[in-house]
Amino acid sequence: MKYLKQIFSGDIRQYTMVIALVVFILVFHIASGGKVITPSNFQNLISGYFYVLLMALGMLMVIVIGQIDLSVGSVAAFTGMFLAITARDLGFPWWLAILASLIVGVAIGSLQGFWLSKLNVPGFITTLGGMMIFRGATIWISGSKSVPVPEELKIFGAGYLPDWGRELTGLNNLTLLLGIIGIAIYAFIQLRRRSRSAEVTGVKEGLWLVVLRIVLVGAVIGFLAYTFASGRKGTSFPVPGVTLIILIVFYQILTQRTRFGRSVYAVGGNKNAARLSGVNVPKTYFLTMLNMSVLATLAGIMFVGRTTAAGPADGNMWELDVIASVFIGGAAVSGGIGTVPSTMVGGMVMVVLSNGLQLLGVGADRTAVIKGCVLLIAVAFDILNKQQGRPSITGRLFPKKENPEEKAMEGP
Amino acid sequence: MTQQQPTILRMQGITKSFQGVRALDDVTLEVGAGTIHAICGENGAGKSTLMNVLSGVHPYGTYEGKIVFEGQAVTFKDIKESVAAGIAIIHQELTTIPELSITENIFIGNEITKFGLINWDLAKKRTTDLLSQVGLTMDPGTPIKYLGAGQQQLVEIAKALSKDVRLLILDEPTSSLNETESNNLLGIIKELKGRGITAIMISHKLNEIAMIADAVTVIRDGRVIETYPVTAGQVDENRIIRSMVGRTIENRYPLHESHPGEVIFEVADWCVEDPNVAGRMVCKHSNFYVRAGEIVGFAGLMGAGRTELMRSIFGHSYGIWRSGSVKLKGTQQKITSVDAAIRQGLAYLPEDRKVYGINLLDKISTTIVSANLKAILQHGLISLDAQQRVAEDYHEALNIKMANVNYGVTTLSGGNQQKVVLAKWLFTNPDTLILDEPTRGIDVGAKYEIYKLIHALADEGKAIILVSSELVELLGMADRIYTLFEGRITGMLKCDEANQEKLMRMMTSKTEAEPGSTTRETLHEIP
Repeated sequence: MKYLKQIFSGDIRQYTMVIALVVFILVFHIASGGKVITPSNFQNLISGYFYVLLMALGMLMVIVIGQIDLSVGSVAAFTGMFLAITARDLGFPWWLAILASLIVGVAIGSLQGFWLSKLNVPGFITTLGGMMIFRGATIWISGSKSVPVPEELKIFGAGYLPDWGRELTGLNNLTLLLGIIGIAIYAFIQLRRRSRSAEVTGVKEGLWLVVLRIVLVGAVIGFLAYTFASGRKGTSFPVPGVTLIILIVFYQILTQRTRFGRSVYAVGGNKNAARLSGVNVPKTYFLTMLNMSVLATLAGIMFVGRTTAAGPADGNMWELDVIASVFIGGAAVSGGIGTVPSTMVGGMVMVVLSNGLQLLGVGADRTAVIKGCVLLIAVAFDILNKQQGRPSITGRLFPKKENPEEKAMEGP
Repeated sequence: MTQQQPTILRMQGITKSFQGVRALDDVTLEVGAGTIHAICGENGAGKSTLMNVLSGVHPYGTYEGKIVFEGQAVTFKDIKESVAAGIAIIHQELTTIPELSITENIFIGNEITKFGLINWDLAKKRTTDLLSQVGLTMDPGTPIKYLGAGQQQLVEIAKALSKDVRLLILDEPTSSLNETESNNLLGIIKELKGRGITAIMISHKLNEIAMIADAVTVIRDGRVIETYPVTAGQVDENRIIRSMVGRTIENRYPLHESHPGEVIFEVADWCVEDPNVAGRMVCKHSNFYVRAGEIVGFAGLMGAGRTELMRSIFGHSYGIWRSGSVKLKGTQQKITSVDAAIRQGLAYLPEDRKVYGINLLDKISTTIVSANLKAILQHGLISLDAQQRVAEDYHEALNIKMANVNYGVTTLSGGNQQKVVLAKWLFTNPDTLILDEPTRGIDVGAKYEIYKLIHALADEGKAIILVSSELVELLGMADRIYTLFEGRITGMLKCDEANQEKLMRMMTSKTEAEPGSTTRETLHEIP
């Protein structure tokens, strides 16, 4: 374990969650008689549950600023339905319908952001209202019936990369290429970081460590790429997966390397201090809530693309899976803590659970019970784990009395 | 001193480590029965840890050494056990519950019951009695929120008394009290001593130790440096300070000669309304100026409006602006947001570090760059290398004691945290620095370093505004001192003509000049 930490130092904080994820996958794989780690199931996993991971990116930021968004499922449903209806009843071409739907998403997000940033209504309340309003509105405008969506949307929700050269390798070569590019980028970043950190801090990490890390991560990426590529003809790494990866990279950079990202953490950590450091707190609130609704809209559009029709019950309880993902990923209820990679691991735990239990033939009822238990156990375990000296979430949320003797011992 | 008295408490060879780092190293402390024993030490010296060991916060078994209380070896596993044994600890932060009455607060968790129901009549009667012991005459039914900090402190002591306490531990009891309240509290502690209650008092304030302590123990870096008696109210302040910091501080304020230049910061006719109480003005027609390289002090009692004045100037971050203008380097500027203030070369180091100054979840490096991220942008993205470099630079320049710039800010002691906040503001490259209580709650050694930094900044030609409630600090540091009373600037003195009495008179004078009168003009006169 210690060895593992050294290899992945600074890369993945949630070792325990990563291990739990791997264990879940293996256990489900064995219990289902080898149905989990297969090309088609991996493809299903992505195109069936991408919306959880996609919205978790926005929810992470919402939770970091100390708010919550309960309306994401309803907003996704409403915008998906809006798209379907504009296409069917107003005859909008697919691209115009998507555009209209995104505009509605921006409008909804602006409204939720407005309540919070200008009127100081807590996000919990504004989005609880939004949850009811947009669920009701979805059923209302649809007349409780499913509405088909344009055929062209299918590519966004359930599309695959084009197949070429399958005759040569028997695989989807574009997926393989993506995998190779992924490994190359990872290796490049690792090596560059090593030399950069040597320049700045004068401490040079052992080369073998970096190489080992690249080999290990490369093996994982390679294995995934191979699995995705080796499905039946015409399949590959799904298009929603590509969208997701692009968004993950985008949000990782946004949260870690931009002024806006820093202001999100600053507002969540200490609103007063952030304000006195020149952070525009209302603007940060506004943009974060707006962003969440836009991502929910995107999820809604991709989802109706996959199901080929918008239904009045779409997106039901999505918010719960999404919020659970963020907290399993180690975010703090009171804000200020949480990262994109950890959230994605948390989201994968939820997704693998849903998928694995489904493969085992477990009903939705018991799946919900199990997911609830996993959320509780995961967060409790996380807190206990972090209390043992490492940066403790609880310890930071509820800093003890002035006790520098003790605090001085807490190193990350 | 303690030799004559029987020993009530003996802590012997206490060693306590946190993950291999020794917070306490073979500490031996002996406290005589019926004495007041003061414990001094810099922040991080180990005082609080020692008291936590004693009161069972750190349970028996997590430390080495033994504790003998009233002749018995004790092994407390939690606070309840130490309370049952007759040891009560009163923390620096109040632990009273604002919405509950005094009686409820005193008997919470320790209710007087009859047939399973609380006997409120008896509880009230006993509360009245306990309150009189600590010199309070109030209705026991009064909600705590109507009591001042000093009174609440006394209620906490009354609560301890209700549990038959024989050793009272007070952790910086007067840190949030004003002078009258402090004196009253110290009087009560002395009275309790007369009734045989022993007290251990952690304090930074040497005058308090002189007033009431019988003995003082100085702790540094987890070790006891020395214990010596306080006789006839005499303490050798220099000796204590020397023991605390391990070096001689000839003067608590470094020597410095100011070379003021041009007036670069000027505020005229500044009026601000209370954001919560319509019509109430918190700043009334304030006029002042600061020259480059000059340190200007602001004195005022609680509620005089010092912080309100500074924060309203700093990008209107407090209250509702009504009138007034700010001139920077002779040009009038509209500064209506913090962002604009920073851009115009203003910096404001807020008073309550944990509430306004710092994000406790943040890292040291990211805190330092947080007010000026623009400076480390590269192709629109934050450069982590630049961030690291900037943090390392300030680490060195301000001599911030830390293990790693990428550790959390909570790994630092109060004084070093304050330096990090100062670094954050210096990185914005300000012309005018407003320092609001920059040394509150930090130890003597760190204070001295902050003073030296302030001097260095003045020498660089920055205009420094120093807000402080310690008059001695203002007299030791400032070139000129303005006094505030009820939102008005009531006067200005040059350092060489100022003394504590004069300042105090101006800080409490209700007679002040009407707007436009000559006095106000002379205040604002720029030679």
